[in-house]
Amino acid sequence: MSEAPTADIAAENGATRVAYGGQWTILAGGRLEAAARSVDDLPEAGEAVLDLSRLDGLDTAGAWVISRSRERLEESGRGGRIVGARPEHATLLREAAYAAIESGPTPHRGAVSLLADTGESVYLAGRDLLGGLDFLGRVVVAAGKAALHPRRWRLTSTFYHLEQMGLRGAPLILMINFFVGAIVAQQGIVQLARFGASSLTVDLVAILTLRELGVMLTAIMVAGRSGSAITAELGAMNMREEIDALRVMAVDPLEALALPRLIALIVALPLLTFLGDIAALVGGMLIAWGYGGVSPHAFWAELQYPVSVTRFLSGLAKAPFMALAIGIIATMEGFAVRGSAESLGRRVTASVVKSIFTVIMLDGAFAMFYAAVRF
Amino acid sequence: MDGLDLDILRGEVLGFVGASGAGKSVLTRTILGLQPKQAGIIEVEGRDIDKLSPRERARVERGWGVLFQQGALFSSLTVRQNIEAPMREHLDISPALRTELAMLKLRLVGLPADAAGKFPSELSGGMIKRAALARALALDPGVLFLDEPTSGLDPISAGEFDALIATLQATLGLTVFMVTHDLDSLYAICDRVAVLGRGKVVAVGAIAELLKSEEPWIREYFHGKRGEGRTRTARVRAPR
Repeated sequence: MSEAPTADIAAENGATRVAYGGQWTILAGGRLEAAARSVDDLPEAGEAVLDLSRLDGLDTAGAWVISRSRERLEESGRGGRIVGARPEHATLLREAAYAAIESGPTPHRGAVSLLADTGESVYLAGRDLLGGLDFLGRVVVAAGKAALHPRRWRLTSTFYHLEQMGLRGAPLILMINFFVGAIVAQQGIVQLARFGASSLTVDLVAILTLRELGVMLTAIMVAGRSGSAITAELGAMNMREEIDALRVMAVDPLEALALPRLIALIVALPLLTFLGDIAALVGGMLIAWGYGGVSPHAFWAELQYPVSVTRFLSGLAKAPFMALAIGIIATMEGFAVRGSAESLGRRVTASVVKSIFTVIMLDGAFAMFYAAVRF
Repeated sequence: MDGLDLDILRGEVLGFVGASGAGKSVLTRTILGLQPKQAGIIEVEGRDIDKLSPRERARVERGWGVLFQQGALFSSLTVRQNIEAPMREHLDISPALRTELAMLKLRLVGLPADAAGKFPSELSGGMIKRAALARALALDPGVLFLDEPTSGLDPISAGEFDALIATLQATLGLTVFMVTHDLDSLYAICDRVAVLGRGKVVAVGAIAELLKSEEPWIREYFHGKRGEGRTRTARVRAPR
């Protein structure tokens, strides 16, 4: 069964006889092509006859290359008669006969297309931004309509997502913030020692965590974890026409799918930030104890000074806005998923990247705002 | 499944029917190796496939072409790339020949040449089935597994698909295993029909034999309101 395809070329009576043998099937792979090429490279010698009487096996690929050889021989005026073909082989030769393929125009890639791509990306980014604002508007409208009809609130769905994002995300948030708090404390002790100000490490950790790091890290984690989940879920539902099914039932997908997730995010993120703040402070405390010899008692006592309700709220206040940004972007990307698996992958990636980028921009914006109002 | 016993003969078109939930898909997937089996033997050309080495097993499976119910075309690839995919994975032929053979398969299943550059999301249901069939035929398999090939097709397309399978089966000498609900397909192209019920093959034979069966489900299937019309007017294909 594994006989290679062969083509014995012999000259007889001024003509050339090609005796095909073996398995001319696609599974012969490269050998099939090589054998076919040997026929195409026939030495110039009168009429050519293709003898298939000793051919063991033929499939569509074999029939294709044999009929292609015949076409080429005919074009070069050498005839190319096929003799001795078994009935089933003759059928195959007829069905899989060679026909020239017109290839379409090849796309031209050059330096100009690089510029064109850049321009297109900028344009699309701008359109994305407008799309985001539009989506925000539609969400507000949907929320407004839902607020007027308490019976339509989807509490089960909201609490389910609250559990997924808040409760099940808490271990990750606690862990990340714990480690970052520890890292900040460790660096604080080492660097401030140069100024003899190691005792200020407590203040450093507290202020950094409460104002900036706590909320930003938590938001980034939530964007990666819950943002990608929202986009993937909504995207898969979109692909399977589930969102269309909702629409024809006269249910607004925004109200049924987007709002519960958005509300859950807006509630969960501040709560997670609070937990994260605590975890970071505990991490800092442990490092201060281990590296800096500051006992926990002393740490908590020192903490009275930098920590105030105002400081705490200055960080926490950013959380709902970041949650809203993550939710809007994730939902928008989810609804934008089209038919292919590739599209889903691209949208989930875009969702996470855009969310994290927006979160950091928002943090910067708040910093400028706080500076302006001297908060 | 319990006490299931089924033979598929070379060169025949075997229709496979059974109630929804009777396990047709499970059995097909088990034969294809997509689901693990708990007991029993699957023999291909007299050899137990579980006893084959991985390479031999791969060789055997390369000789199978499968048409999934929804087409299962790779959504990120064009139709031509879909057909070329098995060739790319298993053969060392030149890209030019690969493209030519893909276009040949396209032609064999009756798709126009301009379908080659389209993505699956741009195709109609009938075209998806044909493209998936072309991909199933990419490596010139000996056995073709079809999972409800005519479901979702309009009667004309379904009839054309049946004719296509019959033609390809005759010219390429295929063995066809077809899971189907379509009575027209059964009458039009199946040599034998196997009926799955209660975990075993309840009956297998040419349709003419099955029509005489006393088994209640089979009677309902072929002589019920939908079956009756076809039984009276159909030309039953003569068994080989």
